[in-house]
Formats: sequence, structure tokens, C-alpha cells
Amino acid sequence: MEDKNNLIVYCEYDEGRIADVSLELLTKGRQLATRLGCRLEALVLGDKLEGIEQELFPYGVDVVYKVQDDRLFPYTSLPHSSVVTTLFKEIEPQVCLMGATTIGRDLGPRVSSCLHSGLTADCTSLEIGDHTDAVKGKEYKDLLYQIRPAFGGNIVATIVNPECRPQMATVREGVMKKEIFDADYKGEVINLDPDKYIDPASLVVKIIDREIEQSKVNIKNAHIIVAGGYGMGSKENFDMLHELADVLGGEVGASRAAVDAGFTDHDRQIGQTGVTVRPKLYIACGISGQIQHIAGMNESSIIISINTDPDAPINAIADYVITGAVEDVIPRLIKHYKKNSK
Amino acid sequence: MGLRIIVLAKQVPDTRNVGKDAMKEDGTINRAALPAIFNPEDLNALEQALQLKDAHPGSTITLLTMGLPRSAEMVRESLYRGGDDGVVLTDRPLGGADTLATSYSLAQAIRHMGEFDIIVGGRQAIDGDTAQVGPQIAEKLGLPQVTYAESIQVADGKATIKRRIERGFETVECPLPLVVTVNGSADACRPRNARLVQKYKYAVTPSEKAALAADRQALVDARPYLAIKEWGVKEIEADPEQIGMAGSPTKVKTIVNVAFQAKEARRIDAAADAELEGLVKELIADHIIG
Repeated sequence: MEDKNNLIVYCEYDEGRIADVSLELLTKGRQLATRLGCRLEALVLGDKLEGIEQELFPYGVDVVYKVQDDRLFPYTSLPHSSVVTTLFKEIEPQVCLMGATTIGRDLGPRVSSCLHSGLTADCTSLEIGDHTDAVKGKEYKDLLYQIRPAFGGNIVATIVNPECRPQMATVREGVMKKEIFDADYKGEVINLDPDKYIDPASLVVKIIDREIEQSKVNIKNAHIIVAGGYGMGSKENFDMLHELADVLGGEVGASRAAVDAGFTDHDRQIGQTGVTVRPKLYIACGISGQIQHIAGMNESSIIISINTDPDAPINAIADYVITGAVEDVIPRLIKHYKKNSK
Repeated sequence: MGLRIIVLAKQVPDTRNVGKDAMKEDGTINRAALPAIFNPEDLNALEQALQLKDAHPGSTITLLTMGLPRSAEMVRESLYRGGDDGVVLTDRPLGGADTLATSYSLAQAIRHMGEFDIIVGGRQAIDGDTAQVGPQIAEKLGLPQVTYAESIQVADGKATIKRRIERGFETVECPLPLVVTVNGSADACRPRNARLVQKYKYAVTPSEKAALAADRQALVDARPYLAIKEWGVKEIEADPEQIGMAGSPTKVKTIVNVAFQAKEARRIDAAADAELEGLVKELIADHIIG
């Protein structure tokens, strides 16, 4: 085993636990590291990290780097970037994965700029493969294929970083699946001295207030999602979706167009720039089916589309297509459900 | 005391209307084939700059944009809404850049723009949705960054910024100068001001000026505020190794048009109520709902 050129996941730490997106990336990272024949490493920065490695090892983590310091929680850009870049210069990872969260999307570009390495945001798939540079006539073995939608989701691009290391990618929460690799897996813990890694000059941004609320919306884990699009027409019409979702025991989601139009909140957005969901039942109401939306829900088990347009693009991936006006169909669905369910 | 504000803005193809001829064979975007708009979140950033200018009389707003020569439209748009001047960074060798080469080029331009107090830009552009250029510019200039901002106040050489994070808000304080990227949930940009449209409608870059009739050129020469700067690799003293395709660590390997596997859907006519009820009963029987 080499202590250099491994695959490392920057793990987000919040109030004593590791973010789901980081555990999802460790799951993916384990597969990629095995394929590459390198170690899977995790880096955690925070204020109370005692025993945090126990949460990470079952995902097949070989090494946990811990940097424990009060100045590292809550997250601020510069101290975290100072730690990450200093460590990466020592251990020279070949791949670094981060969550495409407000933290990962703030930290990733800063680190990539400092190390002059390529970074691809919001990947929807990561693979290992070879690459030939036709112009230079050069062959590259085992690069990270960073696959992401671009251009409003109309195309899917595979990006590679042939020369620069680490190859960096961010991935949104819910895109990869979180799976325990081996409940008894044991790796090594390396505690790093914060004073060697935090540049004192990096401590310029002060957090003076934080208002964090437990999310009221949990669309990622909902079994039933009633989602509305621009075709809902108004904020008021979204109330109807809430009514249906409440009756069915589901959650309300939305397309980007509906969120942009102000019909509902951003935390309900499903799609490439929102959350990826895989519910048992997805009811798309007045959603035309922009590719960027479909990318976030096409793994739903059953899809029902309700749309006045019989040729709406979303109908192509739906199991049931109800052609009609949502404001007419939904109240009747509620009525039929109440009548037929026990 | 007035603030010297730089606004970063990008002219983007309207990705909501992408036609088939929009992609070139090498996988990059043929921007010329698409309607070009002011990147939406950059307008939110411009509004934050205008609010700072309102609060700090004597402030100046300089718009910086990199792209095709027609990006001069971005500067005019800013002038129409209360901006003061602008720089268009446009040069063939700068094209085909990834986010890192883009941020290097913009950082070089900023180094040639003189002193400033704050740089604001949109969180991300709708053509790539990467949100990388802001933080990368901050790193290149050795400045602190605050991303996902919703409002910015400046007092006593410090900026106080409310930013949106996953489950709420955070308020941070940071000394000037710094780079701030603004979220789409911040205040929408004010409309064009009719008086400013009159004042600046002939604002042009040197290359645009050259295409004007002689009397118009004379008018532009007589009014220095109508001159939009147009810079290239030479003006920003860029290292050729760090710009354009050559300066981009990321390479596009392949591009695939998206097509999802179509399923055979069961069609239900909403007018037939019995069919609708049948569907509900079926879903209940299959334990999908209920």
C-alpha cells in the first residue's frame, strides 16, 4: 500500500455527525479505490471529532485524517482550504471527491485553484477509464471520468483531467447511493496537528450569526412525491398538491421552473440543480419534463404524469399518463382515494 | 466614503432554448448560435452593487465580463441600471477555457483595473452551473470569499454578509477587499433607468466604434463616458500557458445528447372518471399507495 496517490473524500461534519452526501461519496469512493488499487481515505475537519472514525470505517475507509480544532467549526472557506491544500501537497491524492453542497461548492474551487487541478462540479456519475489525447498522441490509464449534465441538462459531458492532480469532482446529495461496505472494516486514524495546517492569516471571516432550522422538507426520503411544475400556474394551485401529498402520506416536490416562478421553496426542487429522488411513486403535475428535471427523478418506481399536453416530454418516461387539467384531476384523485382506501 | 466595486458578469446562452446546432464538434458550445442573455444571478449581483452604491455615495461600479465582443451589451446593460463603466475581456486565445483558465484570465484583468474594495458576481452561470469562477478568482487574488450571499452591507472597512446555507442562514463579517458571490434568492435587479438609457445608448467598445458612421464616432470621442474598455491577452499580460484550452486542466472527453429510454405508458383520459378511479384502486391494490 502506498501512502500517496490515493482517493480521498472530504467529509462534511456537522454537529457531531458526518453528512449523508459524504457517506454516499465514500460508498462510491470505495468502488473506485478498489478499481484503482489504491486506498480510500477520508478527511474530517471539525471541533468534536472523538470517535468519528467509527462512523466512517464501515464504508471501507482505510485511513481517516482528522483535524480537530474549534476554529474549524462551523465551516469557513479559508481555514478549511488552508488545511486541505497543505495536506494534499503532502499526500498528493490522485482523486478528491466532495459533496456539491454549499460547503463543497465553496471549498472545491478554492482548493482546485490553489493546487492548479481540474474540478468538475455536480457530477452525476463517476467511472474509471482510459483516455487518448489525439493531439498530443498521449495515452492515459485509469483516469477519473467525471460525468455531468451541462447546458441546462441537454447534454451529458464526460470530463477528464489528464495531467493535473488531484482529479477533483463534486456530487450532489442523493445522486450516489449510501451503502455499508463492511460493518467490521477497520482502518487507521491519523490525527493532524491543527497548528501545522491552519494558516493564522486564513482566520479573517467571522461568523456572527447562524440560524439553522431542521429542514421541514424531506423529499429525498419520501416514498411518494407529488411534484408540480410551471403548468401549476400559481402558488395557490400548489396548495392542491400539498393536499394530495398529505392524503397519500407523501411530500411535495417541484421543478426548477416552478421554483423560479416562486410557486414554492427551493428546498423542494427536484432535478439536476436540486435533489435527486427515487420514490416508489412520483406524480408529476403540470411538469413538461425538461431533461434537467427528469435527470433527478427518472429512477422513480412508478411515474404518473398529469398534463393537459398529451405530448409533454415527461410522458415518454411515465407509466401512467393522465391527459387533463391538474386542477380538475387532483381533487378527483383525492376523492377516489378517500373512498377506496381503508 | 465611496466604494470601488467590480461586478463580474457573464453573457450566457439561454439554455432554456437550446437548438440542435448549438454544439461544435469538439464538444464546446457554439455560443454564437444562441440567444445571449445577462446571466440571471449576475443581475442579482449587480443589484447588490447598486444598493452598496446607494448606501455609499461616490461609489463606482465597474462591470467586468469575458466573452465574445458582443459581451459589450453586458456593460451597456449595467450602465442603463446605474453602473459607471466597464471592461470587456475578449480575445481569441482566451476561448475554450475551463473555469480555472477563466478565473486566471479574469484575475489578471482585475489586477490591471486598479484598486478596488469589493468584487461581486453571481453564484453561478446557467450555461455551466459550476459556481467555481468566483472562489477561484478569490484564491488567485489572495482574497477572502463569501459565497451564496443574499445581502451585503459595508461599514468601517468591513462587509457584513447574510448568506444562505443548506438549512438556514449565516451572517458573516469580513474585512475588505473580498469576493462575494450572490444567490438568485437575493433582491432582483432594478429595471433600466430611461434617463441612463438615453445617456449611454451610444456607449461602445473601440471595435464597435470602428463600425459606426463618422458623426457617431465623433460623438463618442466627445463624451469619454461612452468609451467601454476592450482588453485582450496583451492588455492583461496573461501567461499564454494559463489561458484558453491550453490553460485548462479539464478536458471534455465526450459529449452525448440526452435521450431517456421511453416506456410504454398507459393513457388515461381524465374525462372518464371511472378510468381515474380504476387507476387509484389499482395503486391501492399494488400497495403503491394506501
